[in-house]
Amino acid sequence: MLEVDQLSVDYRGISALDNVSFTVAPGELVGLIGPNGAGKSTLIKALLGLLPMHGQVALYGMPVRRQRHRIAYVPQRSQIDWDYPITAWNVVMMAQTARIGWFRRPDRQANRYVEEALQRVDLLDLRRRQIGQLSGGQQQRVFLARALAQQADLFLFDEPFTGIDKKTEAIMLGVFAELRAAGKTLLICSHEWGEALDRYDRLLLLNRTLLANDTPKAVMTLDNIQRAYGENLQLSNGHLETLFFC
Amino acid sequence: MIDWLLQPLAYEFMRNALMAGVIIGILCPVVGTYLVVQRMALLGDVIAHAVLPGLAIANFLGIEMLIGAFLFGMLSTFVIAWIRAQSRVKIDAAMALTFASFFALGITLLTLLDSRLDLEELLFGDILSVAVGDVWRAAGVTVLALGLIKLFYKELLFYTFDRTGAEAVGLPADWLNLGLMAGITLTLIVGMKIVGVILVVSLMVGPAITAYLLVQELHQMMIVGAAVGVTASIVGMYLSYYLDLPSGPAIALTVFSLFFLALLFSPTQGILTQAWSRRLAKRSIPRRGQ
Repeated sequence: MLEVDQLSVDYRGISALDNVSFTVAPGELVGLIGPNGAGKSTLIKALLGLLPMHGQVALYGMPVRRQRHRIAYVPQRSQIDWDYPITAWNVVMMAQTARIGWFRRPDRQANRYVEEALQRVDLLDLRRRQIGQLSGGQQQRVFLARALAQQADLFLFDEPFTGIDKKTEAIMLGVFAELRAAGKTLLICSHEWGEALDRYDRLLLLNRTLLANDTPKAVMTLDNIQRAYGENLQLSNGHLETLFFC
Repeated sequence: MIDWLLQPLAYEFMRNALMAGVIIGILCPVVGTYLVVQRMALLGDVIAHAVLPGLAIANFLGIEMLIGAFLFGMLSTFVIAWIRAQSRVKIDAAMALTFASFFALGITLLTLLDSRLDLEELLFGDILSVAVGDVWRAAGVTVLALGLIKLFYKELLFYTFDRTGAEAVGLPADWLNLGLMAGITLTLIVGMKIVGVILVVSLMVGPAITAYLLVQELHQMMIVGAAVGVTASIVGMYLSYYLDLPSGPAIALTVFSLFFLALLFSPTQGILTQAWSRRLAKRSIPRRGQ
């Protein structure tokens, strides 16, 4: 259970998020949508406790700062240096860094978690590859595996569907469904449109403030979209169809 | 041949110099690996120049040079971080200005305090006049740095690969960064003694990027980098001895030569190896068609 209460974030004197409140229940898959610069990534970083903020963020009734190990975070592709000299296996092992603790080497359990996670995303064979030698979809799956290997309760994904192939999308959706069935809490920041949004139980429409928080059908109304993306949004018929397909 | 190798070892100054070269040949590439993977190679240059005011003041007060140099080296990293955090000035501009300003302050202080520090030796180093004390000090810093890197390896790996992710799981990013900066500064100071302010960056960065072209993982980059660093130090010293070249530049040019070989012949990324495999691939196409 993630509870966000009156969250506000200022960045260099500009309000990036204003009075955002919502909850995500265990077993819920929630999409976070909004235009570029709406504060989606800012919200995710605030939830991770990485930004100075006002308001409360609680995970299972306790402040986030004291239970960061329960949150798995998947960064945007662009944040990663894919030329970094590291193999897929060792990226996934990072998930276990906090649990293993200072001065210790990975134990048997850590190795098992990492192996299982790589197996689940079908990358065990490529575990010794340097990450730059993997395809875009495989790279995204390495980070999915890292999130899985952390054995977390809350999963935060920043644009996981950017630039991936069909196979990766299928694996990712399968993993989301499993996590949801296991009672995990999932919040996914997304850039997609149209029927893709139907996969979420609920959508949060964000543009500095929270504009809507409801089922995909209820959120994707012309009125809401114009409020989020601006009055001047010109929609062709084809576009409208895609938008309202959900 | 063996005579050729042993002859320089008859001199104590050559023995000291070779020992110092081997030690910094290990230390600089290992620590420099972190500069390279964080895309901060130029920070090495900045810190190396920024220690000058510290040297001038330490020399004037008669205290340990290492302390003065360390304080000013660290100060320069704080100044850069501060300028970057407080304004929209980008890091390269902040580094360029800090680098020049600290160096200017250093030269001013050397003049004002009427220091007898040999500026030329500082800039270009003099491995041949290295004292036994300097060698021991370099060895101490090396043992300390390697030990700390071993202890904090997995945390530093996480931090340098994915800072946000590391912070998100609660790793103390600011402390890890401070530790890295301290290690880099100490390494530069030790290395400066041997090859000088201007060339120390070649030992920090050159072997590390040579290894970067050859291997897949960070720890391998350190091991291969150290091997390249030691080789460059020794080869540079012998070149310097027999061809009467200045020692620092001889080492720096050897570093570049080794890098250039890797650039041409790296199995995965070499310019010539790639061209060769393209040519092989082209030739095999008509054969397949037959």
